[in-house]
Amino acid sequence: MVAATSWHEAAGQAVGQGPLARPSIFAPASTPAHSILALSYFVLAITAGIFLTVGGVLAYVIFRYRQRGKDDTEEPPQIYGSTQVEIAWTVVPVLIVVVLFLTTARMIFAIQDAAPPKSALNVTVVGHQYWWEFNYPELGIHAVNELHVPLSSAKDPKPTYLKLLSADVMHSFWVPQLAGKTDLIPNHPNEMWVDPLAPGMYVGQCAQFCGVEHAKMLIRVYVQSPEDFDAWVKNQQQPAVEDDSVAAGRRVYESQACVNCHTIRGTGTTGRFGPDLTHLMSRDTIAAGAVPNTPKNLRAWIENPDTFKSGSLMPAMHLTDEQLDQITAYLSTLK
Amino acid sequence: MADSSLPIPGALEVTSPRYSQAAILQWLNSWVTTVDHKKLGILYTLYAIFFLLVGGVEAMAIRIQLIRPNNTFLSPEVFNRLFTMHGTTMVFLVGMTFIFGFANYLIPLMIGARDMAFPRLNAFSFWVTAFGGLMIYYSFIGGYGLFGDGSAPDVGWFAYAPLTAKAFSRGHSTDFWALSLIVTGFGTVGAAINVIATILCMRCKGMTMMRLPLFAWLNFAVSGLILVTITPLTAAQIMLLVDRYLGGHFFDTQSGGSAMIWMHFFWIFGHPEVYVLVLPAFAIANEIIPVFSRKAIFGYPAMVAASMGIVFISLGVWAHHMFTIGMTSVSNAFFSLSTMLVGIPTGMKIFNWVATMWGGKLRFATPMLFCTAFLFQFLIAGLTGIMLSVVPWNWQLHNSYFVIAHFHYVLVGAIVFCIFAGLYYWYPKVTGRMMNETLGKWHFWLFLIGFHITFDIMHIPGMLGMPRSIYTYEASRGWGTLNMIVSIGGFIQAIAVLLFAFNLVWSYFYGEKAGNDPWDAWTLEWTTASPPPAYNFEDDPVVRSRRPLWDLKHTEDTDWKYE
Repeated sequence: MVAATSWHEAAGQAVGQGPLARPSIFAPASTPAHSILALSYFVLAITAGIFLTVGGVLAYVIFRYRQRGKDDTEEPPQIYGSTQVEIAWTVVPVLIVVVLFLTTARMIFAIQDAAPPKSALNVTVVGHQYWWEFNYPELGIHAVNELHVPLSSAKDPKPTYLKLLSADVMHSFWVPQLAGKTDLIPNHPNEMWVDPLAPGMYVGQCAQFCGVEHAKMLIRVYVQSPEDFDAWVKNQQQPAVEDDSVAAGRRVYESQACVNCHTIRGTGTTGRFGPDLTHLMSRDTIAAGAVPNTPKNLRAWIENPDTFKSGSLMPAMHLTDEQLDQITAYLSTLK
Repeated sequence: MADSSLPIPGALEVTSPRYSQAAILQWLNSWVTTVDHKKLGILYTLYAIFFLLVGGVEAMAIRIQLIRPNNTFLSPEVFNRLFTMHGTTMVFLVGMTFIFGFANYLIPLMIGARDMAFPRLNAFSFWVTAFGGLMIYYSFIGGYGLFGDGSAPDVGWFAYAPLTAKAFSRGHSTDFWALSLIVTGFGTVGAAINVIATILCMRCKGMTMMRLPLFAWLNFAVSGLILVTITPLTAAQIMLLVDRYLGGHFFDTQSGGSAMIWMHFFWIFGHPEVYVLVLPAFAIANEIIPVFSRKAIFGYPAMVAASMGIVFISLGVWAHHMFTIGMTSVSNAFFSLSTMLVGIPTGMKIFNWVATMWGGKLRFATPMLFCTAFLFQFLIAGLTGIMLSVVPWNWQLHNSYFVIAHFHYVLVGAIVFCIFAGLYYWYPKVTGRMMNETLGKWHFWLFLIGFHITFDIMHIPGMLGMPRSIYTYEASRGWGTLNMIVSIGGFIQAIAVLLFAFNLVWSYFYGEKAGNDPWDAWTLEWTTASPPPAYNFEDDPVVRSRRPLWDLKHTEDTDWKYE
């Protein structure tokens, strides 16, 4: 992680946060986020300068020309304008705008038009109401809500290029420490890239109002060393393991409406409407980051998704207690 | 007589006691049937104040919900309705109607006219607008009870496609949103045409365009902008209804439509709309700052030019709301530049106001206090606007609480502060009584403190990754304390507004008598009685300069020598 350096990080720590949960734009961990922050400091310096100058003059005027003594009825001298002065204070802002614009334009092109290197990883992101799907076309795998990407470095650049699609309404992919946001728009594929330079877990979330549970559409990005990433990929490539001890739970899954929406590879189910459950237990959270992925939460979620996320599109399945225990036991084996 | 000339039948000859049924009916009748620009101006203003309170209550509910992590004060459905209605109310029912309240009341008086150009259109515009406002609030009742599921609109005041498509927005809430705003749009366009016609055709003798009070100039510019921008909004709303009921595919992405078409239509309206709201605020500051500095406005022609510059540039900046939708880098750069350019004329205006105050004798009565705070706040709002025009930074901060803080700095820090200034300034003209100055100062300081606690702090969660439109957040995100401070600031503002509302009513009955010209001002409205009689002027006034009352009061050093 990047060392905590700035005032707002101190503010974040003051309210008792660990470094990972704070998605501050001032703690960048990826090339585009670093570039944006550098530009931001430049812009902040210019605007702070303008504020101090103009605000200072204004404050001076207020104190210097405040009327003292009520009986003074004489009017001050009337000044109707001054062409020279007005030209001067028009030209100076024009020059500031020119400088600011040229700097901005250069950064736009540098970030937006960066061509992917051969070593880049490609991921297709699909936004759903209210969860994320991450497809790795070259690796033949598929992740949900938690994006795993390899660590990149100057010596061994491994940027990740994201192709952004939407299955329903507009969403926006925003992990502040990795890059600025880009919208996911139906019928309009977008692209963005991250180049993570520090391992760790980075939090983000949907930044475009997308319906009832927009607030609970969180993203977790795991930046892993190449070895860890490869191990994760190997595991994800396996289909679900058959375990006879939980056959009853598997039958519940296969015989109920679960299969209309969910896929578990190895069972022949291919629902696409909800998240793929093949490696459910390899995820830290469920319900798009709403709660930790524990058997207890999982059972409560299946019993009634409204417990954690009242606008979730998953219906309560009205299972018996026995069925709930069985299916929770089965899902818990999906590593 | 323009108004109350036709008492209700049967009450004609009756000399009734003050509070008899007939007297009350006649009084009501005189307001409902009025075509007097002053009464309509008052109606617009009261309507705006009413919805300011309603929108404020919605804001408070939002702030209670966000005061701590995982709060359950509101359900997500209700929260989404409230933030949608808060935005819609404040923009369409408060901002737009305050403009026409002030414009209707003041422009004929300021330009020496006896009424607006089209008094009946004026009345029509108000009642149509009022109907639109009632209709959108009726959706709270109409949703579940009578017309199926839906209740109030819950798609955001920007109503992005395809969330508004039938597939994602069932029931009638989105229809209420579109229909009501189409209806208020009729009223807005009618009022704008009226303002333009009045200023072009009804000026008194000697009132050339370059002697027009800046208040009138800016409202003239705004009305032109309204005519250009309400059109695409109405078109988009009709297209949305066609999509929803006639199987059109404009925005319906599931049938090949485009979500971006909506964004273009909406922001071609929606960005200039910010200037539609802020220019009338400038207009108020343009009247108050010179009077309370005891100086002529510095650089009148430059102020006019800067306002027109803002109008034209504002039509070319809409896509800065769309830097994250994947436009080409060239488009992004273009809209970045055009947005930065707005900073030049607005900067000129701030410099001109400061220069007007320079060397003056500043009297800090309540209206001037609000205007002075406005100058500081608008400076900050402009600077955060410049920050957001820097596209890469916008990629980070777009749709975050930083943006919410920025535009509330404009909408509250600039516009609402100026509106309060204007209400204190012209209240004696409208009612014949001064507003209570002590209460006014309490209102000002409380509102100022509350405003800064709320909106200064609100920038920070945005930079810490908090997106807008979320009904809750986890404690681990580190936004809890900040949100609590923001909410507390919100409550302080609410208390201040209640003080103001009390002052408004109390002063009407018990306020100090004002006289014709309590502020020693310079424009024509201060030559009339307070309140002005019907038809305003006994004889048509004749003016020779921009400050006719200055000329009367300073015969030795009249303005026209310098123009």
